[in-house]
Parts: sequence; structure tokens; C-alpha cells
Amino acid sequence: MSKLFSDENKAAFTSPLNLNNPIAVQVLGICSALAVTSQLKPAIVMGLSVTVITAFSNVIISLLRKTIPNRIRIIVQLVVVAALVTIVSQLLKAYVYDVSVQLSVYVGLIITNCILMGRLEAFAMQNGPWPSFLDGIGNGLGYAAVLVIVGFFRELFGFGTLLGFQVIPQFMYDAGYTNNGMMVMPAMSLIIVGCVIWAHRAYNKEEK
Amino acid sequence: MKLNTNNNVYTICYAAVMVIIVAFLLAFVASALKETQDANVANDTKGQILTALGYDKAAIDVAAVFAGKVQDNVFENGELKSYEGNFNTTYGSLIKNGELHVFTATTANGEKAYVIPVVGRGLWGGLWGYIAVNETKDKVLGTYFYHESETAGLGARISEKWFQDQFIGKPIFGENGEVALTVVKAGAAQAENEVDGVTGATLTSNGVAAMVKDGLTAYKEFLAKSCGESAEEEPVAECDSIGNDAEVSVETDVEQ
Repeated sequence: MSKLFSDENKAAFTSPLNLNNPIAVQVLGICSALAVTSQLKPAIVMGLSVTVITAFSNVIISLLRKTIPNRIRIIVQLVVVAALVTIVSQLLKAYVYDVSVQLSVYVGLIITNCILMGRLEAFAMQNGPWPSFLDGIGNGLGYAAVLVIVGFFRELFGFGTLLGFQVIPQFMYDAGYTNNGMMVMPAMSLIIVGCVIWAHRAYNKEEK
Repeated sequence: MKLNTNNNVYTICYAAVMVIIVAFLLAFVASALKETQDANVANDTKGQILTALGYDKAAIDVAAVFAGKVQDNVFENGELKSYEGNFNTTYGSLIKNGELHVFTATTANGEKAYVIPVVGRGLWGGLWGYIAVNETKDKVLGTYFYHESETAGLGARISEKWFQDQFIGKPIFGENGEVALTVVKAGAAQAENEVDGVTGATLTSNGVAAMVKDGLTAYKEFLAKSCGESAEEEPVAECDSIGNDAEVSVETDVEQ
């Protein structure tokens, strides 16, 4: 049992949350960070979906890793991810239709997310299923954390709401405050991601 | 035994076997689940129509309420005929082929209403919606819009209640009898048939405007016949004149 949570496995899970964050350090998954962060709710949904899919595709590839021919490994990875996402979305459509309607927009974005391919190639191809599973969960959550931070600022300043609830009170608007339309534009999420990376690196430098 | 995974034959066999397994898996999943999925889609479409009528689809038994309150009709040769076929879940091709479905229904407030399906294009993919109009066919009682793949948080907001509720009570026709109900830039709505668009989603908003205009224009003949439902009692001649606006055509008749 202690082997399951050895230091090495723990590191596979915790390092992507901070020191090896997929967005801030590995610079993966930036495009979906632009697409879904204009509000907080889609950011959370996307973060969780990517976490689940990364974890399970990591496990599958890790189980197959000794049999995969080297020259077509990227194709094999892509097929596994695409098949997994399609099957999950079919199951959701049959048994929890409301959730599937909410997720329909993200399905394509999940398949093409470079975090998935990046982790399959960099980690699952060399490691066993259990560490790969932890690595997938860790990277998914690290990605989700950045998405939530960006979504938080964009929704707060772009719409004055959080998760759809009005946060900035009416008297602020009466006093001349206006929502910042720039925040709604995709360009602003790049700038916020930049700020997050800046803060993240400055903080980690101090720690060292 | 160590596998030689760089061997050509091995690579080709591996790819072939993988493709066959995945293809069978996907085909099996898709066909095994098709029936449940279709039932869900039909139920969801009914829920969308009920949403346009002001019902809260999460709080009611959609199938039962739909069966009790809504009647599916086809508008043909100037009159509504009850539709007996299987319930349709998409209306784009039907409208194009001239099969104009109109749902006669009672709204959540007990008003009599007609629900018209509309179909259009957004920025990334299709849009569709249902517009409930009142008994005299000149005002909107409620709408429901949804989309295939608009951007989450921007264009996708057309499916939110605040956007759809803006249409309630808006007159459909302008002064010259054309469909004047439209979506304008966010915050710019002034005239009584203008509705605010979504900030940051101008192309999706334009798509909704075009969908509403084209959709209602396709049903112009139906909307103009304000005496359509009572055609059996009143002389048909009065209803035959297809004017832009029922009132206008009546006035012309009087002058003549």
C-alpha cells in the first residue's frame, strides 16, 4: 500500500499542480484556455472534463505502451483519445442527456487539447498505469486551476458576475462603473495567462 | 520474449487490428445506445417547445405536459392540418421542403399560442429555436434558442433565459408589414421590435437576427391569416387575401 503513494507517485500528482504546471510551465493547452474562460462555469466544466479524460487515456496508453510500434505511436495515442471521448459523450447522451448538452461544445476541444497528447507522449509512454493515472489527474487539475483563475477575472470584470450571479453591486454601476468589454475578448485571456505565469515564476524563484 | 515493435509487418498489423477494434467498439456503442438517445432528443425537443411557451422544463414531466398542451400541425394550402406522423426533432429540411409545422398550444399562463420552429446559422454551426406567438399572430409570447457549437460564454449565451426573455411582448411586424423583429448591438435596442444582442458575440447575434427574420418570413402566409383558426365559421373569402398584415387587408376590403 505504501508503494501506491511513494514519493515518486506523489510527485507525479503534485508537481503539475505547481512546479510543473501544464499551462504556466509546460505551456500546453493555451488555446482552450482562450476559448472557454470568458465565464467561470465553462472553465470549471472544461477543467474537470480534461482531468477525467487525461487520467483515463494515460492509463490506457500506459497499459499498451510496450506493444505500441514506435513509428505510429502518435496515431495510436490520438485514436485512443478520440475513441474514449466519443464513447464517453455517447454514454452521456444516452443516460444523462442534460450533462451531454452542456458538454457538447467541449468535446472537440478536449480531443485536440495538447495537454492530453503531451502527457501521453511524455509520461504514459514511459510509466506504469498507476503513476500515469496520478499524472493525468494532477495535470488536469493544474490546468483546471489556471482556467478557473482566468475565468474568475474575466467574468468578474467582463460581466460583473461570478457563476452567473451578480457580484458587483448596482450602486457601483450607478456611480459610473462599467463592465470592461476587453475582458470578454480572447486577447485578454492571453494577457491574464501571462500575468499568472509571471506571478507563478516570481513566487517559485523566491522559494528556491 | 521481447516484441520487435519496429518491424513493418508488426506496425501494419497493429494499426489494422487497432482500427478494427475501435471501429467495432464505436459502432457497437452507437447502435446499442441509439434508441435511448433518440428518445432523449425527442423529449428534449418537446422541452424546448415548452420552454418557448413559458414552462420550466426542469420542473415538469415534459412528455405528459407536451401531450396535454401542445398539438403538432402542418400548415398546408392556407389551413392547419393535424400532423399524425412521428414527432420531428429537426425542422430545417422540412421548412425548406415547404412542410411548415405549427404547434397550437396553451402557454404556462393559459394563453392560446402558436409555436413556430426556426432554423439558422451562427458563427461556428447551426442555430435553432422555437418562437411562440399570440393568438392574433402579431406579438411574441416567448422564445427558445439553442446552438450546435457557439463559443461557451459568448455566442452560447443566446441559450440563456435573459436573452430569450427580451423577445417577450415584442411585435413581429413593422409598419410596412415586413418582419421587423430583430437583434441589434448589445445595449443599442431602442425601437419596440429591437432586442439587445450578446456582448462579444456579434456574429452569433446577427445569426439569431437572420434566423428570426427568415424563419418568420417563411411562415408569413400563416402569420398573415389572422382568421385562420376560425376559417370554418367565417366566410373563407375574407381570409383568402394574403396581405402582409391582416388588419391592412381588411381595411383595403372596406375601401373597395
